[in-house]
Amino acid sequence: MSDQMTEGYITEDGRKIGGTLMEMKNITLRFGGVKAITDISFDIKEGEIRAIIGPNGAGKSSMLNVISGFYVPQEGEVWYKGAKRPQMKPYQVAQQGIARTFQNIALFEGMSVLDNVMTGRLNHMKTNMFQQAIWKGKAEKEEVENREVVEKIIDFLEIQSIRKTPVGRLPYGLKKRVELARALAVEPHLLLLDEPMAGMNVEEKEDMSRFILDVNDEFGTTIALIEHDMGVVMDLSDRVVVMDYGKKIGDGTPDEVRNNQDVIDAYLGVSHD
Amino acid sequence: MPEQLLFGAEVFLNGLMAGVLYALVALGFVLIYKASGIFNYAQGVMALFAALTLVGIMEGQIPFAHLINAILGTEVHHFGWHVNAFFGIIITMAVMVALAWCVQRYVFRHLVGQEPIILFMATIGLAYFMEGLGDIMWGSDIKKLDVGLPQGGSFWIEENTQWLGFGNERFYGFFLDQLDIIATGIAVVLVAALVLFSQYTKQGRAMRAVADDHQAALSVGISLNFIWVMVWSLAGFVALVAGIMWGAKSGVQFSLSLIALKALPVLMLGGFTSIPGAIVGGLIIGVGEKMFEFIVGPMVGGATENWFAYVLALVFLVFRPQGLFGEKIIERV
Repeated sequence: MSDQMTEGYITEDGRKIGGTLMEMKNITLRFGGVKAITDISFDIKEGEIRAIIGPNGAGKSSMLNVISGFYVPQEGEVWYKGAKRPQMKPYQVAQQGIARTFQNIALFEGMSVLDNVMTGRLNHMKTNMFQQAIWKGKAEKEEVENREVVEKIIDFLEIQSIRKTPVGRLPYGLKKRVELARALAVEPHLLLLDEPMAGMNVEEKEDMSRFILDVNDEFGTTIALIEHDMGVVMDLSDRVVVMDYGKKIGDGTPDEVRNNQDVIDAYLGVSHD
Repeated sequence: MPEQLLFGAEVFLNGLMAGVLYALVALGFVLIYKASGIFNYAQGVMALFAALTLVGIMEGQIPFAHLINAILGTEVHHFGWHVNAFFGIIITMAVMVALAWCVQRYVFRHLVGQEPIILFMATIGLAYFMEGLGDIMWGSDIKKLDVGLPQGGSFWIEENTQWLGFGNERFYGFFLDQLDIIATGIAVVLVAALVLFSQYTKQGRAMRAVADDHQAALSVGISLNFIWVMVWSLAGFVALVAGIMWGAKSGVQFSLSLIALKALPVLMLGGFTSIPGAIVGGLIIGVGEKMFEFIVGPMVGGATENWFAYVLALVFLVFRPQGLFGEKIIERV
């Protein structure tokens, strides 16, 4: 079904999108008797911004949790970089280069912004515990190198002024940004954003949109995001998956999706009979 | 009166050093509680187990000798060699790491996400299991632990503080136990090392991350299992140090596991999540109970050391339930 789609394409604004990076094949996820996701397939191509939208309870976050390994689907396969992914723990998924943010912000509240972002580098640091204990030499060099990467990201997201602040003291909008910084520090191949703009005011939303576009543009990071705000999604994303009641009801460019009757019904509300 | 003051000062110093030992045990609790939310009742037994193992290895005892003899009808007890303290400690540490791995693999991996009370019950089970294991492995007799640490009062300090009495004939200088002084030094180094480790190394950073938020830690690729094994190993190491100190002081005996109870008031004072809190709490309890015994003891017939710590903890529970350094408890409505 996806054979004709494995090739890349050129976006409206002229960016070149590569081949398939990740493919979800017939994913079904149940919690007890409740079906959160029913037989959904879609792909994410290298370099694109892919959105998953849908009304409340449509199963968007569940989908993201399946991709990042937090949930294990009962049926279906996850293909990543051309190979079927065996069942993995979330931390193993992260080690494969899939970073994520959370809907309800999951930061290390007691640690400084800098330390939080540094945790994103853990898998890029190869020295073992003894080298770390001796500290001088390899471990110190490694720390300095990774620190440089982190400082670049901090500059990039314009959070230099709060580098040493404990995250717990930051306002909501900045926390979201720190979480993005930490995910970027992983240097992910695929970045998953769970409602990156939820609860933000207009100005913060604009900032965040700009950062998402810049990340995609500058680092070529593939991004999959979930968002409620239709306007934002349509502006940001190259292709959109629409979910409703755990089923896929639309998939395509923002324009295609906007004109899809099922999608309009789901959003404006039509009685399901 | 200056005589009383001098005795008071001596009691104070001795209290500080007793407090260091309480703090060492409390430290083990804090490490595990911070990283995994488990209140490890078995911490005291871990200290006992570590001390038993150390003595066993140093003496060249055959583990499970009684069991082997009972089953095979043999009469083996000793390998016939002796291991020196340094290698003994290294081997014991390896045993504690193996133990940490087993605890994580066979107990807590199956209890991830359970209620704190269930985890707590599991550690009680673990405590009795380890006490039994220590008994079967090394026997239940009281053992002498000699790792070459000096014992008894320090004459040097006694002689060099005698002038403080200004000719007072009843004052012979401060009496301080050499072992206590060394224990204090080791505890200071240990705490400094732990703080440096958790602040500046990548494993330390990962450990703090796990202590803070499991989900977020997973999302940056930290294996919770690895960190938990590491933390239990660290706690095992702290237990080993505490076990050596207590064992060298009063022999390795099974009542050692009861020192865990003294760590409870220490934790209530210092807060369950704070490493500095464990230290300060330990010192306050140590000094507090010795001073209380010195000042109030004679008026009430003595033996206040047994209950003072708990009463102090109760008072703290009323006025500052999170402890001196604990995270403030805020209830969201």
